[in-house]
Amino acid sequence: MTSFAIVVFPGSNCDHDAYHAAKHVLGQTAEFVWHKETSLKGADVVVLPGGFSHGDYLRTGAIARFSPIMRAVADFARAGGPVLGICNGFQILLEVGMLPGAMLRNRDLKFHCAHVLVRVERTDTPFTRRAAPGQVLRIPIAHGEGNYYAEPDDLRKLETEGRVVFRYCTPDGAITDEANPNGSARNIAGICNEGRNVVGLMPHPERACEPVLGSGDGLVLFESVMAALREEGALRTA
Amino acid sequence: MKARVFVTLKTSVFDPQGRTIADALQSMGYAGIADVRQGKFFELDLDAASADQARALASEVADKVLANPVIESYRVEVD
Repeated sequence: MTSFAIVVFPGSNCDHDAYHAAKHVLGQTAEFVWHKETSLKGADVVVLPGGFSHGDYLRTGAIARFSPIMRAVADFARAGGPVLGICNGFQILLEVGMLPGAMLRNRDLKFHCAHVLVRVERTDTPFTRRAAPGQVLRIPIAHGEGNYYAEPDDLRKLETEGRVVFRYCTPDGAITDEANPNGSARNIAGICNEGRNVVGLMPHPERACEPVLGSGDGLVLFESVMAALREEGALRTA
Repeated sequence: MKARVFVTLKTSVFDPQGRTIADALQSMGYAGIADVRQGKFFELDLDAASADQARALASEVADKVLANPVIESYRVEVD
C-alpha cells in the first residue's frame, strides 16, 4: 500500500482530484496535508496539486513557496522521496527552486482548458517507469501560465541531462509548434530535478485516471510511482 | 520612507501582453509607439534611516520575493 500526501494550499482546487485518483481509483491511502503543517506524516509520495494557491497573487506559486510545509517537502525530496507537482504544483516547485525555470503567460494570453497530447521522453523517473519510451498520453491541461521558460544554458543542461520528461506532441508523437498549446520552450510539458525524484508537469494526470472522464492515460504516473516504491523500497521520512 | 519597485520581464523574455497593447495602440493610429513592456509596480512604506538603507531593503525584498530573477528584472526608486 502506497501512502500519498496531498498538500493543500489556500486556493488549491485539484487536491480532491489527486486524492480521488490515489484513494478511490488506485485503492491506496491518501491524506490531505494543510500547508501550515510541518510534517508529511510518513507519506511515501508527495503531490503538490493544481489550483490557484494564494489566488496566484504576485506570481503563480510565489507565495506558496513560503508555506511551512514546503520545508518538509524540500527535506523529503532531498532524501530521495518522490514528489509530483501538477500544474500549480509545478509552478510552486519552480518558484521554490526545486526545479529550474519559470512560467510565463501562455503565448496567446488565453487560458487553455483542453485535452492535449504529451510524449513520455524519459522512463527513468519514479513517475514514468511504467510508461513506454515515446508513449503518447492524452491528458488535460487547464492553465493560463504554462509557457515554460528557462535560460538557454538551463535548457541545454535539461536536455543533456535527460531531464525533459514530457513534451507536447502530435498524435503520432511528433514535436511540432502546432502541438504546443502555450508556447513552452522546446514543447516542454514536464521536467525533473537532478535526482530525478522530483517531477513537475503542467498537464493533469490525476484528472485522466478513468476512461469515463475522457482518458485513463494519467494512471501510468501513479502506477509508476507505486511500482518504484515496491521495487526500490519507500524513501519516506518523518 | 517610501520606496517604489518596478518589475518588468527581462528584455530577452517575450512579453505578449506588452506586445498586444502596442498592437492595439498602433491600430488606434499611434504609429509612433513602437513597443510596450508591461510590468508591476510596488510601493513600499518602510522604516529606514537613510535613502541608501531604504534602497538596500527594497532591493533585498525585490530579489527575494517581488521579482523572479529567472524572467524578471527590477528597478528601485526612493524618496
